[in-house]
Amino acid sequence: MSENAGVAVLEPPATAPGAPAPARKRKRHKHNRAGYAFLAPWLIGIFGLTLIPMLYSLYLSLTKFNLLTDPQWTGLDNYARLLSDERYLQSIKVTLLYVVTSVPLKLAAALLVAVALNRGLKALGFYRATFYLPSLLGASVAVSVMWRQIFSRDGLLNDFLALFGIRGADWIGDPRYALWTLVLLSAWQFGTPMLIFLAGLKQLPQDLYEAAELDGAGRFRVFFSITLPLLSPMVFFNLVLETINAFQTFTPAYVVSGGLGGPIDSTLLYTLYLYFRGFGSMQMGYASAMAWVLFAVIGAFTALYFWSARRWVNYTD
Amino acid sequence: MTTTAKPRRRVKYHWRAHTLLLVILVVMIYPIVWLVGASFKPENQIFTTVNPLPFGFTIANYVNGWTATGTSFTVYLSNSLTISACVVVGNLVSCSLAAYAFARLDFAFRRTWFALMLGTMMLPFQATLIPQYSIFYELNWINTFLPLVVPHLLAYDAFFIFLMVQFIRGIPRELDEAAALDGAGHVRVFVSVILPLMKPALITTTILTFIWTFNDFLRQLVYLSDNTRYTAPLGLNSFVDRASGSSYGGMLAMSVVTLVPTVAVFLISQKRLVEGMATTGLK
Repeated sequence: MSENAGVAVLEPPATAPGAPAPARKRKRHKHNRAGYAFLAPWLIGIFGLTLIPMLYSLYLSLTKFNLLTDPQWTGLDNYARLLSDERYLQSIKVTLLYVVTSVPLKLAAALLVAVALNRGLKALGFYRATFYLPSLLGASVAVSVMWRQIFSRDGLLNDFLALFGIRGADWIGDPRYALWTLVLLSAWQFGTPMLIFLAGLKQLPQDLYEAAELDGAGRFRVFFSITLPLLSPMVFFNLVLETINAFQTFTPAYVVSGGLGGPIDSTLLYTLYLYFRGFGSMQMGYASAMAWVLFAVIGAFTALYFWSARRWVNYTD
Repeated sequence: MTTTAKPRRRVKYHWRAHTLLLVILVVMIYPIVWLVGASFKPENQIFTTVNPLPFGFTIANYVNGWTATGTSFTVYLSNSLTISACVVVGNLVSCSLAAYAFARLDFAFRRTWFALMLGTMMLPFQATLIPQYSIFYELNWINTFLPLVVPHLLAYDAFFIFLMVQFIRGIPRELDEAAALDGAGHVRVFVSVILPLMKPALITTTILTFIWTFNDFLRQLVYLSDNTRYTAPLGLNSFVDRASGSSYGGMLAMSVVTLVPTVAVFLISQKRLVEGMATTGLK
């Protein structure tokens, strides 16, 4: 324990340049027994709950499987059927629309509020906590129930609009609007990225701002030329995280649409359809194929972000 | 924080920021206030006014809603609390063990395992949902709490391992070394030195695990089918499934009930929670 004191987990072990290789190798891992003992629960979990299930799921995706009888090998049949499944294509459309609208909206709200908060306001603690609360509540059934009541035909929003003589639409009953109520619900939970932006803003070097002020730069100029570029690593982090989360959204779509993904499949998010196929009609092979496609899509999005990061993420340190 | 030359401009600045923030805050929080108010209104008043204050205050919605789904909410809540408590204990123990290994011990393939652990944080849960279900089905665990609890005894939530690893790295090595010189083995160092010092990380883990487990829905929906095994979110959901219109008042009242534990934990711990989230997100 004493010699390796300075070695952080992600850094390679520091070795003396002239040290003979065999001796280094022998000395390298001092705590093999203790290390694997402490790691044992996690190791059982990573194999039993993640790695083996994923391989099993890959196998299931090539079969017809209803849980009660043994899986029947069908090759790539499930994947081929996905391409001609109208509801599946609809769920992809709905999900992509949901992801590309809800994520930017949420991050924009988070950034706006974080910048407004980062002025050394007196009530910072109060604001921060209150804005964060919806993020904690947001994924729950109760909030989705509440959302359903706000946007229903005779819900809170339309009562409010009626005060101004406006007759609101049936927001969750109309396929043109239903998905947007879910996008709004997602944006409502901007608390987590806001906290991350706020922590980032606190670390920005103040001298740049003083210099900008001396040069007479306006507030917008300062925001777009200094704050945003310096904050780009946090934007990147939030973008990756929120995109992954958005692809997995289930509860609001399920509850707001009354467990159907309607009206006419307008809120049929990917996970909802996967649930219908896997657990509604017990087509577990088909659902496994869906899960693998989702995995690939999320992987592709993440790879795209990392590839594009070189162009817009500013790593100063 | 900001260095501004002209104090007068600064005051105005803040005034505008406060106005903007307060408007956003009111719009955001209004629905929750309305929900709480509506849950105390007589049934016929709920959808006729935007006023959150109930005229003719009544607790009838709570009384009726509590048993409206056939099983009492007492059962749902105690199921939810049982599961949440087990998951909290599981996460605290299994994640801190793994975190200690990753942060302090030197063993073969440590970096490989660590990278794998980070990778699982990005893994969509759908990827393992179906195969896990069929494994638990073979084990005859469907309609029990085991599929919801056992994974967390095996450090399934990589996020918390990561959070704890980051925290342990911040603890000076000299402290474990001093204990080791006194003859303490890894178990002793872990239990008497590291665990007490990582209390803040353990508290953050407890709070977040509790809230996330209590509000989890899809897994509970998949694994629990018997009404008496239902959790609070599932109980609430059966209001939605049940011919809507039957009892909006009861549904709203029970929504408030299932939000209470989360809000209570949040109110008790908000400072630590907010700071914990802000710093873990950064790293």
